[in-house]
Amino acid sequence: MQAVFFYLFATIMIASAGVVIFARNPVHSVLFLILAFCNGAGLFLLAGAEFLAMILIVVYVGAVAVLFLFVVMMLDVDFAALKQGFIKYLPIGVAVGVVVLAELGLVAIGWSSAPSASEAVANPIIPQMSNTAALGQILYTKYVIFFQASALVLLTAMIGAIVLTLHHKPNIKRQKIEEQNARTRENVIEIKKVPFRTGV
Amino acid sequence: MLTIGLTHYLVVAAILFTLGVAGIILNRKNIIVILMSIELILLSVNLNFVAFSQSLADLTGQVFALFVLTVAAAEAAIGLAILVAFYRNRGTIAVEDINSLKG
Repeated sequence: MQAVFFYLFATIMIASAGVVIFARNPVHSVLFLILAFCNGAGLFLLAGAEFLAMILIVVYVGAVAVLFLFVVMMLDVDFAALKQGFIKYLPIGVAVGVVVLAELGLVAIGWSSAPSASEAVANPIIPQMSNTAALGQILYTKYVIFFQASALVLLTAMIGAIVLTLHHKPNIKRQKIEEQNARTRENVIEIKKVPFRTGV
Repeated sequence: MLTIGLTHYLVVAAILFTLGVAGIILNRKNIIVILMSIELILLSVNLNFVAFSQSLADLTGQVFALFVLTVAAAEAAIGLAILVAFYRNRGTIAVEDINSLKG
């Protein structure tokens, strides 16, 4: 049963990754990227990484892929023109792909682990504990510095993205709080004595 | 064949990695698809981490995959923000037009 689902997820993931590369329309690319991530989450589940699978769905499908979709739809780009050099690059792309796949295949099939590898296990998986609890147990104790550092990376990315995309148009009236607070009664209100029966 | 071991995961991750690298070369002009190919490569890396984590019964791989995920999300956000800012200034995102630093 596990094998059936493994082959199902793996086949769909690789096929949709192929569509991401070869699709003419970038919107289709993004949608198939989402499908690839969903199936990758299925593979994570089969490997026993439940928390990472859910994070993959939430962060990638929910945030990153939607971000891609926004950008693709927001920019008015002639995507047909961007597809022009595809045939020209096809031979070199396929050649590099074949070489990389051959090398990785040699490694994936011919490798062997050192006999002392099982002694070097730093955080053994405890079967009685759920995956999320076990991850939290070490993430907030042993790796708390790295956890904070990754939070800092996200904060930097957030500030950077806002600074890059925020721009002030001229001729737009904005609230200036410091000017409002600096107003005093003396320089704002003027009291006029209106003469009787003559008007201002 | 019916027991799924580490090698199966490694082969799947290798194919995914290859597709990502080939995607960068094939879509040389479209920077959005290049960014998507980078996401595919990072997914294959995460798949390797998780597979080794399961095979060695060590949770460290999953922690590392979590950090890779964080950095990948930050990278996608920054990359797309740069893309939007560039499009606003130049009106194009074709890779061969991004050459102001060539001198």
